[in-house]
Amino acid sequence: MSTVILNEKDIARAITRISHEILERNKGAENIALVGIRTRGVTLSDRLQNKIKSIEKIEVAKGALDITLYRDDLGAGLQKPELKKTEITFALEGMHVILCDDVLFTGRTIRAAIDALMDFGRPASVQLAVLIDRGHRELPIRPDYVGKNIPTPKSKRVQVLLKEVDDEDKVIIQEPSN
Amino acid sequence: MTQTATLSRKNIIGMENLTSEDIEIILDTADSFKEISTRAIKKVPTLRGRTIINLFFEPSTRTRTSFEIAGKRLSADVINISGSASSTVKGESLIDTARNLEAMNPDILVIRHNCSGAPALISQFINCPVINAGDGAHEHPSQSLLDLLTIREHKGTLKGLKVAIVGDITHSRVARSNIRAMQTMGMEVKVVGPPTLIPVGIEELGVEVCYDIGEGIRDADVIMVLRIQLERQNQGLLSSLREYSNYFCLTEKHLSNVSNDTLIIHPGPVNRGIEIALDVMEGPRSLILDQVTNGVAVRMALFYLLLGESDANPN
Repeated sequence: MSTVILNEKDIARAITRISHEILERNKGAENIALVGIRTRGVTLSDRLQNKIKSIEKIEVAKGALDITLYRDDLGAGLQKPELKKTEITFALEGMHVILCDDVLFTGRTIRAAIDALMDFGRPASVQLAVLIDRGHRELPIRPDYVGKNIPTPKSKRVQVLLKEVDDEDKVIIQEPSN
Repeated sequence: MTQTATLSRKNIIGMENLTSEDIEIILDTADSFKEISTRAIKKVPTLRGRTIINLFFEPSTRTRTSFEIAGKRLSADVINISGSASSTVKGESLIDTARNLEAMNPDILVIRHNCSGAPALISQFINCPVINAGDGAHEHPSQSLLDLLTIREHKGTLKGLKVAIVGDITHSRVARSNIRAMQTMGMEVKVVGPPTLIPVGIEELGVEVCYDIGEGIRDADVIMVLRIQLERQNQGLLSSLREYSNYFCLTEKHLSNVSNDTLIIHPGPVNRGIEIALDVMEGPRSLILDQVTNGVAVRMALFYLLLGESDANPN
């Protein structure tokens, strides 16, 4: 069983609002860089970049992180997460980096992403934008920009579907399958 | 939700044992690892606290350094042991040496040995994963993988490509690994060299044999030149090096008849002017140094994919 909690329009509005919030907080689009966490964080960073461009007429820098190599749960199992490419082609020094991800849950992915980012340089600041914050943090990490807060039982699964990856835009909550 | 990549093997003994899916997984993973070596800080924490032992019973610059750098860029602790400095010179057997090393709980053992089958033998006596870094005239799987990665990068695909392997096929573990691997990947292999350096009956592996370099490389997408092992000279297989290079050294003259897109690779170390002419080696089609760069990425991929496998996974 699954319930839709955000549809295509809701997601578009959230992206628009977050774009404005990013510009407001950073006083414009100067020295801003968007870094998406693979896979759907990259899609969100693409959309934020487009939205910011339509508002400010500036194309902000954009990068992609694969955090697999920085995870704290590698090694035990037989299977290895498929490794994809990390692409940070600009200097981070002096930049305000906005990490983008689809769902914020335990915070462990963001911890890994911050570690990965710091290996590339010393940004002026790191901020966090997520489409969904579902709570249950296991680390002292909080988002700066949130599409929607969705308090959920830990057992349920929140899934963000985006057109570029999943052929449709929606956010659903799924009952745990037994 | 996360897609996963799983090898079918716990040990990398030879390309003969790897499926095309295994090879694709290793090459895709290696492709993603390449970026790390271009960073200012060339290190990720993935294998922190893991131990890799390089046990080399034969001289090596490229392969040993490459395995060592690969391990270190993943934050593993890498220990190098060379045959001449090991207890085998005191008479310890190979299996005892391996068992003693395993008693110190390494996570991976990389072995090069001048006897074919040594890594396979060791892998039967110890539990930690074994990577063959070259055994006698048998196989050199990590070299074959870096060759495939280099070719795929420049050609976009492997399937259907025609490869000419030129030189001493009989004594070459690189040739053996690549014949197996390239056939697995749907490539056509031709071996080129003097009859004394091509094993009798090699056609049974499904390769074409050619004794003339000009004819052998004419329609090749990739020319792989092998090192003439100078130490073999006194076995009477060649009348002289000069004669060999007169007939089989790859020169610009040969290349005037082949496509500009033809790639030239060589596993190194190169005997300049004997199997390959200087200008060819340093020419635009030569990918010899790209191969070395890719070697680190391929070995990082092997470590990443092999480490953490549980002992319950049968070979």
